[in-house]
Amino acid sequence: MTVMENISALNTPLLQVDGLTKRYGARIGCADVSFDLWPGEVLGIVGESGSGKSTLLSCLAGHQTPDLGRVRYEDRDVLAMAETERRRLSRTDWAYVHQNPRDWLRMGVSAGGNVGERLMAIGGRHYGQIRETATDWLGRVEIASDRIDDRPSAFSGGMQQRLQIARNLVTSPRLVFMDEPTGGLDVSVQARLLDLLRGLVRDLGLSVIIVTHDLAVVRLLAHRLMVMKSGRVVEQGLTDQVLDDPQHAYTQLLVSSVLQV
Amino acid sequence: MTDQSYNFAYLDEQTKRMIRRAILKGIAVPGYQVPFASREMPMPYGWGTGGVQVTAACLVPEDRLKVIDQGADDTTNAVSIRKFFARTAGVATTERTDEATVIQTRHRIPETPLTPDQILVYQVPIPEPLRFLEPRESETRKMHELEEYGLMHVKLYEDIARHGQIATSYAYPVRVEGRYVMDPSPIPKFDNPKLSGCPAIQLFGAGREQRIYALPPWTEVVSLDFDDHPFEASKAAHDCDLCGAGHSYLDEVITDDQGTRMFVCSDTDFCAGRREAGHQGRLWASQPEAAE
Amino acid sequence: MIQIENLSKYFTMHNQGGAVIPVMAEAFLTVASGECVGLTGQSGAGKSTLMRMVYGNYLSAGGSLRVGDVDVATASPRAIIQLRRETLGYVSQFLRVVPRVSTLDVVAEPLLVLGAARDQARDRAADLLTRLNIPQRLWPLSPTTFSGGEQQRVNIARGFAHAYPALLLDEPTASLDAANREVVLTLIEEAKARGAAILGIFHDEPARERVCDRLVDVTGFTPRVAA
Repeated sequence: MTVMENISALNTPLLQVDGLTKRYGARIGCADVSFDLWPGEVLGIVGESGSGKSTLLSCLAGHQTPDLGRVRYEDRDVLAMAETERRRLSRTDWAYVHQNPRDWLRMGVSAGGNVGERLMAIGGRHYGQIRETATDWLGRVEIASDRIDDRPSAFSGGMQQRLQIARNLVTSPRLVFMDEPTGGLDVSVQARLLDLLRGLVRDLGLSVIIVTHDLAVVRLLAHRLMVMKSGRVVEQGLTDQVLDDPQHAYTQLLVSSVLQV
Repeated sequence: MTDQSYNFAYLDEQTKRMIRRAILKGIAVPGYQVPFASREMPMPYGWGTGGVQVTAACLVPEDRLKVIDQGADDTTNAVSIRKFFARTAGVATTERTDEATVIQTRHRIPETPLTPDQILVYQVPIPEPLRFLEPRESETRKMHELEEYGLMHVKLYEDIARHGQIATSYAYPVRVEGRYVMDPSPIPKFDNPKLSGCPAIQLFGAGREQRIYALPPWTEVVSLDFDDHPFEASKAAHDCDLCGAGHSYLDEVITDDQGTRMFVCSDTDFCAGRREAGHQGRLWASQPEAAE
Repeated sequence: MIQIENLSKYFTMHNQGGAVIPVMAEAFLTVASGECVGLTGQSGAGKSTLMRMVYGNYLSAGGSLRVGDVDVATASPRAIIQLRRETLGYVSQFLRVVPRVSTLDVVAEPLLVLGAARDQARDRAADLLTRLNIPQRLWPLSPTTFSGGEQQRVNIARGFAHAYPALLLDEPTASLDAANREVVLTLIEEAKARGAAILGIFHDEPARERVCDRLVDVTGFTPRVAA
């Protein structure tokens, strides 16, 4: 993407969320969440377990139906969309990277087949081209091309996570949802993954919503940060500002509770 | 002779009406798997209980029934089913494709071209073509609903990645009228082109899985493939050793302990018909007693 | 270029009985293009706080804080991100980067973010690292493993990679030897010469004498004890 395109694309939000609420009976999943996400922007969502961040993410991605609120993607109303259209969106323009890659990879299908699936789902019918694209993407996530016919069950956890990312990004989505993408990985693998994600955001102009409880991860990855507690957004702003000058009591507690290395 | 202890064609009238409704729905939505309340039949699952129920629902007293198993009329399965309907429906039976009005088949389509007044009934073990890659029924139904068929090509991709070519040689998946992806039952892929534009009605019954689907006459059926690995209706590169046919599907038969082998038409009626008409294969002259 | 008017700031410590600590009031300051202004005042007087507020790292409680066309005190996060990319550079005392990323790429990143070609960005990064005497054999390594002085120089290279119209420098010459100190001061002079507005903290007095056009004592911005 050139600088000019970059700037013109920045003029409208990619995703607009307004008053999103999801209840589980009397319990609140998330309540009255509103924000805009712009092209090329990474939004971090932090909060303790049960704070509603994963619920929010799955409502945004259309995996769950919220009770109230609006979600607009470009000029389309995501919640009013037919399921066909939403699922088409979720395998072309959108991607979802889950915490546990084993649940979302096809473990009986080769790495190349895993990466190629989305291409075939949108009509790719040329084996040679699909394989070429898959090889290219395995390279981008630093998986050697001679592993293309191996099954993910033969991969380490970090490789599986990188494979999941390649599988999701192969159709050049514009919006990526990530749920604890670095959770469960050892720290050296985590660093490599962070660098990879930053490079992809920068080079492809991706917009990302990343849910995590790791403040170090969001500091390095997210432009903006949203802090959630009991299903509500208690604070949002520039990532470093929220972390260095937190305004809400909960955020102050969260930031001061992090162990220093 | 009809055995008076049974209703016509074994099943009671209400059951046959239920099955006919499923068949009509299947014909109305070509390639779509219609659930039906499959009955216990007096034969084990895997012996064609689905096909038998569809045949029972289609038969009328004037019908002439042919039953084939892997192309042959004389195997246990084919003989049992033919006798079953001869006894319970009293219909005429035949081994000749061109004389039959209803043909129940396991794993083959006859070589002799079918006609508009015929019905071909397939026995289907696993009707869901997406099953091997996606075990959840709820998910495969959703995939059919939304035409999300990328997964079928993943299967073919894996074939090429592993074997250098599409190694699937039977139950080769097809797309019906550009809509539903369908399992054509375990027929060899050699038979796939015969599915398309066929003048006869083609009905598919899966007893254990409780599904019926159908291809009305003249339906367009396309075998899935890649642009750079196109579908090929392959067969053994031989002529039939009995009738000399060069374009029929062949069975390989080992004839002694030294590995001597011969290739013969899998469609026994087609092969016999050609020999009657005077065609001769490589080994026919030396063993004329095989004609009996 | 930088224009601060009646700026104030306090911290509320919610987890310490809600104590409100005022740290700044009635701050006025301007930095013109091509000018370098040094902040002075005792440790704890609020020099770093002011710098962080200008960068948008700390929220302002009141007043205005303009950098170019943007009022950082009220701007949206997105506007501040844009400002930081294109207009406002910051050399802090701490290097915060993704571990395992090479030094060359760490320095080139501000240019890559602006859409520069990878080769050009790396060339520029190599120039700066050469000038700042970071041995070439260290370039492929992550700066997280470097000594304090080396990290400081990588930080400076990163801060000067893009020709920001406004620059914040927090002790840029601390922990540098004479030769490198000279390089940094030359970089600052070059930035001034091309018209950058610079706001800095310099404990190194001779350096301050050399590059600063004016000094502002932040003690004057300390809230009166009456609060």
